[in-house]
Amino acid sequence: MSRIEVLKTYKIFIGGKFPRTESGRYFHMKNAKGDLLANMCLSSRKDFRNAVVESRKVQENWANATALNRGQILYRIAEMLEDRKSQFIEQLQSTGSTFSAAKKEVDQSIDRLIYYAGWSDKFQQIFSAVNPVASNHFNFSTLEPTGVVSIIAPNKNPLLGMISLLAPTIIGGNTVVILASTVNPMVAISFAEVINTSDVPAGVVNILTGDREELLPQFASHKDVNTIIYCGDNLKEIQTVEEIAVENLKRVSIYKRKNWDQENSQSPYFIEKCQEIKTIWHPTEV
Amino acid sequence: MNKIDINKSWNYASAAEGTEHIQLKSKYDLFINGEFVKPSSKKYFNTINPANGEHIAKVAQANKEDVDKAVKAARKAFKSWSKLEPKERGKYIFRIARMIQERAKEFALIESMDGGKPIRESRDIDIPLAANHFFYYAGWADKLEYVFPNKSPKPLGVAGQIIPWNFPLLMAAWKIAPALAAGNTVVLKPAETTSLTALKLAELIQDSGLPKGVVNIITGAGETGAEIVNHSDLDKIAFTGSTVVGKLIQRSIAGSKKKTTLELGGKGANIIFEDAAIDQAVEGIVNAIFFNQGHVCCAGSRLFVQASVESVVIEKLKDRLSTLIIGDPLDKNTDIGAINSAEQLATIEKYIAIGKKEGADIYQPKCQLPKKGNWCRPTLFLNVSQSHTIVQQEIFGPVLTIQTFRTIDEVIEKANNTPFGLSAGVWTEKGSKIFKLSKKLKAGVIWANTYNKFDPTSPFGGYKESGIGREGGLHGLKPYLKFEL
Repeated sequence: MSRIEVLKTYKIFIGGKFPRTESGRYFHMKNAKGDLLANMCLSSRKDFRNAVVESRKVQENWANATALNRGQILYRIAEMLEDRKSQFIEQLQSTGSTFSAAKKEVDQSIDRLIYYAGWSDKFQQIFSAVNPVASNHFNFSTLEPTGVVSIIAPNKNPLLGMISLLAPTIIGGNTVVILASTVNPMVAISFAEVINTSDVPAGVVNILTGDREELLPQFASHKDVNTIIYCGDNLKEIQTVEEIAVENLKRVSIYKRKNWDQENSQSPYFIEKCQEIKTIWHPTEV
Repeated sequence: MNKIDINKSWNYASAAEGTEHIQLKSKYDLFINGEFVKPSSKKYFNTINPANGEHIAKVAQANKEDVDKAVKAARKAFKSWSKLEPKERGKYIFRIARMIQERAKEFALIESMDGGKPIRESRDIDIPLAANHFFYYAGWADKLEYVFPNKSPKPLGVAGQIIPWNFPLLMAAWKIAPALAAGNTVVLKPAETTSLTALKLAELIQDSGLPKGVVNIITGAGETGAEIVNHSDLDKIAFTGSTVVGKLIQRSIAGSKKKTTLELGGKGANIIFEDAAIDQAVEGIVNAIFFNQGHVCCAGSRLFVQASVESVVIEKLKDRLSTLIIGDPLDKNTDIGAINSAEQLATIEKYIAIGKKEGADIYQPKCQLPKKGNWCRPTLFLNVSQSHTIVQQEIFGPVLTIQTFRTIDEVIEKANNTPFGLSAGVWTEKGSKIFKLSKKLKAGVIWANTYNKFDPTSPFGGYKESGIGREGGLHGLKPYLKFEL
């Protein structure tokens, strides 16, 4: 008799734990042929709120970690992903990627993490300034993370797209709550397992699976979220996000691009997008 | 302690500036496409001197049709302005800076007459800073590739710019200079109570030979502003004003191609530690809240004094208040001028009444106020807590709330407990305390052992509901440029 395979339950990732959605709801994730692959959590707005609470709790500590430390942690994520490469290739193939496309996506994901790990203790020097004011003051401008960032991840490139936004956002000291790609949410939850074993403090990255339409207004309206990143080209959704983000003057970043595997899919400007400029003055005369 | 009775033996002689040489027309039209044109509504409104209620001039009221005309002129001018050789673009802006310097005295006088601010401030701060702002950004025009290295940034197009009445010419400079340097063209609307220096700037721009339509200046109240915001052919809205209006603007352009910069309200915390140089700190408190009658978005309107020095700070502060001279904005001795408008005075008085009603202790010095015009005594509110309305809401007047604290963590918590995040002040002689506070305070500008300092090279702007984007410095150019991310 052949061995019965053990199927895995995919849950969501909040505050360093893997709870089921509090709502008890689920949706089917199917492979390219239409066979059931997994029952995924259909996250509720309560799950989202819980995730925001967790990310707020740790945001300041994460921002205060040294740049060196954050860089090494991001590098560690890359190491762990490299280690589990074959699993991710397989999971990407399950929703229709060819082997070579899947392999390319995982390779690029790992390299993107390394790329941003390297920016950790450098971007500040690129974007900050000492300002030569015309008075007896020392005056400088530094970057600070905006705080808690909600991310509607791109549907295409479910792994690479998510990492392309997650990495620059957290390397800058923000914490994130992500709505995974609805095309392949499974790969996002597997990535949460990588995060969870990479010395990333609990709560810095939170990943939900669920329905984009249902959760979009929550991601855009929550008053304790400082920035929303929206990936997609649905004009109605973009307008909704921009309208309700006004409530607390959330910063809004919209990425309409389809592909995240291009040369220009990474740059320090993605880090700068989730930073505030703080300017500090002090007299230089005694 | 014996105090010198300043009022008895140290009276100041009047030192009013003469206004004979300034050139003001009795009626101002709209500056569109390099010409002054009559408003299509044929309507004009009065601009008055808030220090004496006297009529100064009539100002045109722009409507939808005029806004459209101005936007079309700016759109047409954008084609050639954005293609003009950058160094030549810069030279035009340099020229504007120089001409403001040449006419500085006239601008200062008109600013004080039209807006009520002390001549000392308009002469030493507003006008020189406005000129310097143009001078600073002029030099950027041919160096834009250094703003976003590797990205060859491009101008956005046509910007609609709406500015407030507290620093009329300076805000016009903050808006126009970076926009032009980056290769954009603009339609600017000054506030309806303080249109004159913007219109004088329009005359100056006309004299400067700047190509027609690059800068268009149209006047009117909120409805005119709304027509600008809603015009479909603008690429950018830059607004300085209240958070309420800023949110309305942001909401109404959702889903459009328009980008925004918003400089909105504030409720700045000014924190005095027991180890501060107390006399300097007291000067700092006065400058933080009474500069420009408190009509300053970044004003230090919430004072936090460490409990151990509360009595000495408050005593010194009350003493200092008794020496402030309130009155004729054109008098060089004046410290506090007129409240900008009767409407704003009513708002301030409403908040003072609320403060009293909610049980806070009010203190105002017994100074003489002129009989005519809009005046408000410098006002302290003691015994207030975080829940008082006057602690939470922006008053935009010479009203200071005073709270005490015991520990650093407590004051950080209290200072950050507001939806605003524009500015903060810290007074201590201990360096590490300054850096700790500078890091922990959620505000775009931190003044340590100083307050209310501005410079063209220094980025200014808010966290949270105090706005989006920065003005000033290299960071102030970014919102006027675009590139493929």
